[in-house]
Amino acid sequence: MSAEIKKGYIRPLDLRNGRVDMSHGSGGRAMVQLITDLFSKHFANDYLSQGNDGTLLPEAKGRIVVSTDSHVVSPLFFPGGDIGCLSVHGTVNDVAVMGATPLYLTAGFILEEGFPLKDLARIVESMAKAAKEAGVTIVAGDTKVVEQGNGDGVFITTTGLGFLPDGDELSGDRVRPGDVVLLSGTLGDHGVAIMSQRENLSFDTPILSDTAALNGLVATMLASGANLKVMRDPTRGGLAATVNEISHQSGVGIHLDEANIPVRAEVEAACELLGLDPLNIANEGKLIAICAKEDSDLLLAAMRSHPLGERSAIIGQAVEDPNCFVQIRTRFGGRRMVDWLSGEQLPRIC
Amino acid sequence: MKYVDEFRDGQLAQGLARAIAAEALPDRRYNFMEFCGGHTHAISRYGVPDLLPSNVRMIHGPGCPVCVLPIGRIDLAIMLALEKGVILCTYADTLRVPASGRLSLMRAKARGGDIRMVYSVTDAIKIARDNPNKEVVFFAIGFETTTPPTAEAIRQADSEGMKNFSVLCCHVLTPSAIINILESPEVRVLGTVPLDGFVGPAHVSTVIGSRPYEFFAEEYRKPVVIAGFEPLDVMQAILMLIRQVNEGRAEVENEFTRAVTPDGNLKAQKLVSEVFELRRTFEWRGLGEVPYSALKIRGQYAQLDAERRFNLEYKPVPDNKSCECGAILRGLKKPIDCKLFGTVCTPEDPMGSCMVSSEGACAAHYSYGRYKDAEVTL
Repeated sequence: MSAEIKKGYIRPLDLRNGRVDMSHGSGGRAMVQLITDLFSKHFANDYLSQGNDGTLLPEAKGRIVVSTDSHVVSPLFFPGGDIGCLSVHGTVNDVAVMGATPLYLTAGFILEEGFPLKDLARIVESMAKAAKEAGVTIVAGDTKVVEQGNGDGVFITTTGLGFLPDGDELSGDRVRPGDVVLLSGTLGDHGVAIMSQRENLSFDTPILSDTAALNGLVATMLASGANLKVMRDPTRGGLAATVNEISHQSGVGIHLDEANIPVRAEVEAACELLGLDPLNIANEGKLIAICAKEDSDLLLAAMRSHPLGERSAIIGQAVEDPNCFVQIRTRFGGRRMVDWLSGEQLPRIC
Repeated sequence: MKYVDEFRDGQLAQGLARAIAAEALPDRRYNFMEFCGGHTHAISRYGVPDLLPSNVRMIHGPGCPVCVLPIGRIDLAIMLALEKGVILCTYADTLRVPASGRLSLMRAKARGGDIRMVYSVTDAIKIARDNPNKEVVFFAIGFETTTPPTAEAIRQADSEGMKNFSVLCCHVLTPSAIINILESPEVRVLGTVPLDGFVGPAHVSTVIGSRPYEFFAEEYRKPVVIAGFEPLDVMQAILMLIRQVNEGRAEVENEFTRAVTPDGNLKAQKLVSEVFELRRTFEWRGLGEVPYSALKIRGQYAQLDAERRFNLEYKPVPDNKSCECGAILRGLKKPIDCKLFGTVCTPEDPMGSCMVSSEGACAAHYSYGRYKDAEVTL
């Protein structure tokens, strides 16, 4: 009965011209309305509709893998994606590259007063679509509103839960000299797509962000039976940072071959213009995998059989090196180190 | 990528490497300085030393605009941002150059300074237009390549009558720096820096042409080969330098004919001389005070000169005592000869300016070449 009374008092959410105001985070009716009419509507599932302070999830088999990621990308909408799908892909990928099957996500929103509800709806729809495609359910959420000027539209934090079957887990410390490094596709697409939209960089590029959920690709790779040591998605800091992390965790050196690393011509051209190295640029739909040498061809074939891994390549090999240096043979024929990026190349990339 | 890949071709590089190995006389050493940071970067980035015989050594010169910027100049920029409340616009690498009091422009930004990274002076002009109630200062650094755009911006701001835009001019000149190195006692008298020739600037020479180098090729008997910034350009220039040395010649040769002419870009030169005049002296990090080595804004544009507009007074600040940037910039020492290198001075937390830009000798060696030191000690 009370629900019927409420209906009469509250005007429907104005998704065309409305804006987020402070009442949307106050805990009152306006907040409930925003949650019901927007978030719950698009994320609809039985867990979310339990309506309690916490969500009760069913018993699951396997060890739990958890990962959390905050998203502050600017601009919120970019070629190939938006902060909504990015916040799903980013966390799904972090869970997936552990070898686990991602099942659940939680989502925390920090909204800035004045943010158009129309844009928020677009973002929520994009999240819902991405979650559905990735086969994950958004089971809990939170919304806060900050005064105008104290945020930048929307920040989204997602936490992912996945389950890992018994057996060897993948880990960055399992790489041994001789193991082979594979990459699932072209480098730098996400970073350059974002950069092309920044106001002080006026170049047009047909590059789309590669943002995508990688759990399907990962499942194919695991099913191949290859002896995988570690997988990781090279986001901020790019391939250079990811490979350096692994070399230090495992106490090995890693030698890469520049000629085998796929980079789109447009990305290379943009990097040339801006003095950037594709090895340092963020990706949101690529992974690197390291496996035993004897299984590398098997794994490569499995990766290439998946649409997100068509341009997969073997790009390097682990070697004995007490300094854990990552080196690359350049296409020019010389050698150099590949180090972590220094300073800030591009803030708020994801 | 068209027009770029051709100059990075691995097979051509092998061919040039064979030619260099064949023509370099085994019983002598060849020490060449690449003046420009662009060359330093290309050499390190593409692994050029791997393709050179062991008796051909490249010395990294001072041609990295960020590296030669003295602490006192950064201090002025920080002061403008923190105390005068201006919007300070500058190129990205400048943000990380260490200044006094453990500050840098980046750290000043974290303390509330409105400091913005721009890709060109045009962006700074736009920021000034968008913020008519704020003073906007463009912190202008660089050699002859970046000077014409700054000159054009000053002229444009002047003709538009912009009231809130000015330039902190730290533009420096290549030929005076090269002469300073050649005049230094280490090169001239003591011979501690054995210099057999120069790989001459690429982009700078597109503006000033090849003629300005003729004087010191002749006067100091040092061959100069002007070369592009691609790795094959550098290899070709090294081969041409070896030939000059072997034949006892000291001439200015131009490998970069696709962009450099003897006279350079006369229009750009005219523009620069219209807006700028020579400073009597300018402090360079590493080289100290170098006479007539930098530019200042002419009196007729005084209102666009941040030094005059804000009554700035330059105070020189000495570098960290252990920092060897000075000796490294003059080719006296290598990065690994510095006690700070890779210990307390890293690209994340640079003590000296050579560790800041990827064109700096220390940063290039740290990021690209460090594995070679390990091979020696292993």
